[in-house]
Amino acid sequence: MTVNLTKGQAISLQKNDGGSLTAVRMGLGWQAAPRRGLFGSRTREIDLDASAVLFADKQPVDVVFFQHLVSDDGSVRHTGDNLVGGAGQGGDDESILVDLQRVPVHIDQIVFTVNSFTGQTFQEVQNAFCRLVDETNGQELARYTLAGGGDYTAQIMAKVHRVNGTWTMTALGVPANGRTFQDLIPVILPHL
Amino acid sequence: MTAELVRGQNHPLSEVRLEIRISAGSPVVAAATLGDDSGRVRGAEWVVHPGAPVLPGLEVSRQAAADHRLAVDLAAMPGAVHRVGVLLALPTAGGGPVRFGAVPAPFVAVTALDGTELATYTITGLDAESAVIALELYRRQDAWKVRAVGQGYAGGLPELLTDQHLPEPHRLATAVEEAVAQGLSRSIAPPPAPRAQHGDRPDRPGHVPTQPVASYGGSGNPAPTGGPVDYHHPRRQSAPPPAPGEPAPQPAGPGTPGDPAPAAVPPSSAPTGGPVDYRHPGRQDAPAQPVAPVAGDATGWSMDERLYNQVWGMFEDLARTTAAYRSAVDFAESRLEKEIDQVLADPRSRVGGRAEAAREAARAKHAQLVDQARAAFDRDLDQLTAESEVVEPALPPAYARWDNPVWHGYRVPMEIPMAVRLGDLHLPEDPSLRIPMLVRLPLQRGLWIDSGCRPSVSDDEPFADEDEVRRLATETAVAHAARLLAVHPPGEFGVHVIDPAGSGARALAPLVDTGVLAGPPAAGAAGVADALGRLTQRVDLVQMAVRGGAPDALPPGLDTSEQLLIVNDFPHGFDDRAVTQLRYLADEGPAVGVHLMMVADREDAAAYGPLLDPLWRSLLRLTPVPDDHLADPWVGHAWTYEPPVVPQDSQVLQLVLTQVATARRDWNR
Repeated sequence: MTVNLTKGQAISLQKNDGGSLTAVRMGLGWQAAPRRGLFGSRTREIDLDASAVLFADKQPVDVVFFQHLVSDDGSVRHTGDNLVGGAGQGGDDESILVDLQRVPVHIDQIVFTVNSFTGQTFQEVQNAFCRLVDETNGQELARYTLAGGGDYTAQIMAKVHRVNGTWTMTALGVPANGRTFQDLIPVILPHL
Repeated sequence: MTAELVRGQNHPLSEVRLEIRISAGSPVVAAATLGDDSGRVRGAEWVVHPGAPVLPGLEVSRQAAADHRLAVDLAAMPGAVHRVGVLLALPTAGGGPVRFGAVPAPFVAVTALDGTELATYTITGLDAESAVIALELYRRQDAWKVRAVGQGYAGGLPELLTDQHLPEPHRLATAVEEAVAQGLSRSIAPPPAPRAQHGDRPDRPGHVPTQPVASYGGSGNPAPTGGPVDYHHPRRQSAPPPAPGEPAPQPAGPGTPGDPAPAAVPPSSAPTGGPVDYRHPGRQDAPAQPVAPVAGDATGWSMDERLYNQVWGMFEDLARTTAAYRSAVDFAESRLEKEIDQVLADPRSRVGGRAEAAREAARAKHAQLVDQARAAFDRDLDQLTAESEVVEPALPPAYARWDNPVWHGYRVPMEIPMAVRLGDLHLPEDPSLRIPMLVRLPLQRGLWIDSGCRPSVSDDEPFADEDEVRRLATETAVAHAARLLAVHPPGEFGVHVIDPAGSGARALAPLVDTGVLAGPPAAGAAGVADALGRLTQRVDLVQMAVRGGAPDALPPGLDTSEQLLIVNDFPHGFDDRAVTQLRYLADEGPAVGVHLMMVADREDAAAYGPLLDPLWRSLLRLTPVPDDHLADPWVGHAWTYEPPVVPQDSQVLQLVLTQVATARRDWNR
């Protein structure tokens, strides 16, 4: 059963049978909005980049993004950069795998962000979503659809955080501006 | 704050009046043993069970039930009591399940009187056991702590009580059973059916049983996954099983998945006494070993490739788990520093003992995190060690240490292996866990055996002697060359030696005496010029032929096999022209199968200045003594490289080289 999250909503990452999730995948998908007016068929490529920032007590410890595809500890893996996005049939364009069992003990939050590397604002992006999938069986646990295009170039999508050993996902949906995750750190901090 | 304990973990108890809540999903008997300061249960009167349910400070239920609430008042316990073991057993009467593997994992919570959970523990990994020591409350320096034990007994209550050294354990067990049977016959409603999940208890909203209950169905086999000790990298999970007939010995690993070694979970920060071994010598391990390592557990088209990939997988996993551990410890340290600074900066803390208490709290937080990190790290190290113990004996000669028996059964190969072992790598956290350093063949870079390397550990190893290191360097070079010769089919790998002053004669003897060299070691300036000249010409010819797309045009006498040139004592006997040729060989050789192995001290060549820097950079530096100069490609830890050592007095090198020479003669190459 997938849950359509709204901004700020949190879901616990427990299985229905009570077991904890062991591995989750954060998938991102997007499409370029169709161009209005003449030359509407000219496609423009929008390069959105998904990143995951690992925090220990509000301190960034490691980042997984297109230039560092695996966290040093091996628990978070980016499956690779997608420069154009959306074939857009709802599939994931970029995904980040998180092996919850291998996340180091001091890491208590993992924040997922999307940046527009090519600089277009989200006004030119449509059907952007992030979804959390139970990697062990491919089941979608939660989906968060980006509210229609604003005048910003980045979004802090969601975080998974652990409280007493239980992981929870919270949809954040905070708009921000920046080309890579470094620009977003100040915006992320208040949401930790 | 609820502490979710894992097996072996302990947690301080802030209260002395407690309730222990047990949820088992199926009726169980709850009982407790009291132990003195040496952990001894003094007699049957120190056991609280349905037949004798009340002792000062402790009361258990008279019946078997799926849910129990035991009232505990540690302050009311006799002073002699230092330990309270909480036991669960499946009742033998009533025809219920006879093994914990067939029921949901029991869940135990230690709560304060107001219902706040202090610590919880889900007893996973049980299978044939029908009795289990769930928890232990113990007194440590006038404070009580709880430890998750989870020690199961396939022989049930009698075996458990025997293990407690109780007199007449069977009689006591029978008394317990009788009391339970009476309780059952008194009870009106039948015990509730096992529940599908734990989630229906409103008083524990945050509780997550760590084991999916469904996987415990009475299939007789524990689920292959789940449990907090299920360490397996997803990348290395779906590998095919080893091909039949290939060497894949069953592991002799120390830990089994259902039985995480207590050593994997170190005691927490508080000073504790001697480690308690919770393993029963006669304990029956779970029959299935879902994560027991197997050699060749990686992808690949051949066993050779699978083992290569497995070794690299272990290398990466060790690098990454160490990164996780170091990162956690660094973080704990920086947080401790920050918190102590805050205490110092806070004017309020100058009054009374507040500062000390705050510092103490900061230190405890630090210790707790470091312990947790260490526990996770140790769990991984155990797993990798177990894997290494299985993989090492299964390695083919090209990947095996010289002391591996596989070398004694050595036969000249018909194929070039994928890679060759150049030594061992380890990290300071666990020097005993050594990863084979495998590099692909043909070699991509030349090798530089650094005879100027000074051993970093000189305290316990007496040789800091330069000559000794030089001798070792030449010996190491010989061991590498012998291995390269041995893993290539006859005649596909030629070794040339330049030893201008003859200083390496003794160390080179194994190569010279067995006749595996392409010719005698080149001596003197003329020898150097001649050897370099021939190889340079070869590189030129092959390069021209390859670039011109006409490899067939090579002169018929030219041997196209891989060639290794060992240069001892560089730059002795080298003039400028020879140095230029050497640099040319280093740059252009590897692409056309001509490799360099320099045995050299960079200082000796200092006169050439920066001219030679590119040469040194182009070579893979290896050392004749352990040295931490190699970095892994993922995290960049400094790994200690250990050169391959031929065991003292071992004839293995001679035996192997003799076979190589014989095969070569037989094949006429």
